Amino acid sequence: MALRMWASSTANALRLSSSSKTYLSPSFSLSRCFSTVLDGLKYASSHEWVKHEGSVATVGITDHAQDHLGEVVFVDLPESGGSVSQGKSFGAVESVKATSDINSPISGEIVEVNPQLKESPGLINSSPYEGGWMIKVKPSNPAELDSLLGPKEYTKFCEEEDAAH
Amino acid sequence: MRGGLWQLGQSITRRLAQADKKAVGRRFFSAESELKKTVLYDFHVAHGGKMVPFAGWSMPIQYKDSIMDSTVNCRQNGGLFDVSHMCGLSLKGKDSIPFLETLVVADVAGLAPGTGTLTVFTNEKGGAIDDSVITKVTDDHIYLVVNAGCRDKDLAHIEEHMKAFKAKGGDVSWYIHDERSLLALQGPLAAPVLQHLTKDDLSKLYFGEFRILDINGARCFLTRTGYTGEDGFEISVPSENALDLAKAILEKSEGKVRLTGLGARDSLRLEAGLCLYGNDMEQHTTPVEAGLTWAIGKRRRAEGGFLGAEVILKQLEEGPAIRRVGFFSSGPPARSHSEIQNEEGKNIGEVTSGGFSPCLKKNIAMGYVKSGSHKAGTKVKIIVRGKAYDGVVTKMPFVPTKYYKPT
Repeated sequence: MALRMWASSTANALRLSSSSKTYLSPSFSLSRCFSTVLDGLKYASSHEWVKHEGSVATVGITDHAQDHLGEVVFVDLPESGGSVSQGKSFGAVESVKATSDINSPISGEIVEVNPQLKESPGLINSSPYEGGWMIKVKPSNPAELDSLLGPKEYTKFCEEEDAAH
Repeated sequence: MRGGLWQLGQSITRRLAQADKKAVGRRFFSAESELKKTVLYDFHVAHGGKMVPFAGWSMPIQYKDSIMDSTVNCRQNGGLFDVSHMCGLSLKGKDSIPFLETLVVADVAGLAPGTGTLTVFTNEKGGAIDDSVITKVTDDHIYLVVNAGCRDKDLAHIEEHMKAFKAKGGDVSWYIHDERSLLALQGPLAAPVLQHLTKDDLSKLYFGEFRILDINGARCFLTRTGYTGEDGFEISVPSENALDLAKAILEKSEGKVRLTGLGARDSLRLEAGLCLYGNDMEQHTTPVEAGLTWAIGKRRRAEGGFLGAEVILKQLEEGPAIRRVGFFSSGPPARSHSEIQNEEGKNIGEVTSGGFSPCLKKNIAMGYVKSGSHKAGTKVKIIVRGKAYDGVVTKMPFVPTKYYKPT
């Protein structure tokens, strides 16, 4: 939720700017408007992704989210063995700008937590879909995945969010 | 809601994000349209500025550079900030000094002409109404800059006291410099770059000093001061010349001085241990508690004669109950309102500003603790999201200041 709000706030700031054509210089608009969205993943509107493979689902935050947050300096993650619920916060990301809650896109038991993030929180920026994964969950209700956004829907959602505010 | 600089920028959005979606667009639009713009607004947008609401103004929180890069670049090269939202005003008249001394803690009479100082406007209880950099231009002209967010209440406060002062025959009037813009040029390249744009010898202008001079062909008020801990200047320029001056500064630096937004400004001032009014100092905070005892002139300590002097002089004698201190901490960065505990887990205070230091690459914070727990090296616990993290009271500034002083 908090993550979503921050994203919308940046979007608000950006909307203000979008009236100017000069604003759309390539280096900036590329990183913002064309954030990478991967096929094969499911996305929550609060900007987390989930990759379901076999009995385990891996969770992280999207490229779009990390781009809006800026440099991540600390990641607060739960212990393995705990449980998460869809739409509920399970941790927090601290960037130079702000603190943002991370919500779980799916319910279940946490079976693994990314040990790298403690020492290298910047992996969230450099590799949001690979090295920057956060937790692995054994889903208690895999049907929840159906309620999430697909890659195309999520891309559209981000564009609308950036434009609408 | 209190919060860091950038959070202030967000607060409108946060509130609106909780309302229903249709209403959001409409209400946000009206809120946006009421925001004031500086003359550099289009320039900010053209340079990729992310504009956010701040103290009633639409201001750039950052540009294309990240806040981290922007902060580091200001200390390595230089940063140019549009701070035109701040309010510059002049007090004129032969009684300007005695008048101002009824409202602030500084020894204004004791300042040499052309020099200035940081001071605090106090209320009857000794609390801070605002902090301000004041300059004695001449014996009958004081120039000062107050915070944008405090403008209305500061002006009302000054006006009320000015009326009473004039009614008793005092000679003082004010002039608000709304036709001027304010740029801050900070960092090691500030002086060499600005020297390209003026014939005056800037090597003779030291920290805290003021001069009226031509810069890039415009009559400017130049103060060697800032809010970053670096050497640098605040330049009050006629608004019609502000855009040309900003462009000239960037051009003369060959791209090394970068446009720098409010986000990096907040990191820089925190690293320099400087208070943000509204976070680290409020109506109920005295200058003594805030660690600004040095700003209370010696003569003022003996004579008093400013609002709340009884409270402040008593605190000077007995010591304040709480004090502003700095911290290093482990774990997530402490933010404003994080609880501070002693090693036994007892509450001893609260963080007022905190974040990750881009230059030191670790967490820094400032806050108020009970006297006795304020000494550098005192171990504390800082509570973030219910968990206690180790912290230690640390001397400020966190990053050494580099003010240009006579050697």
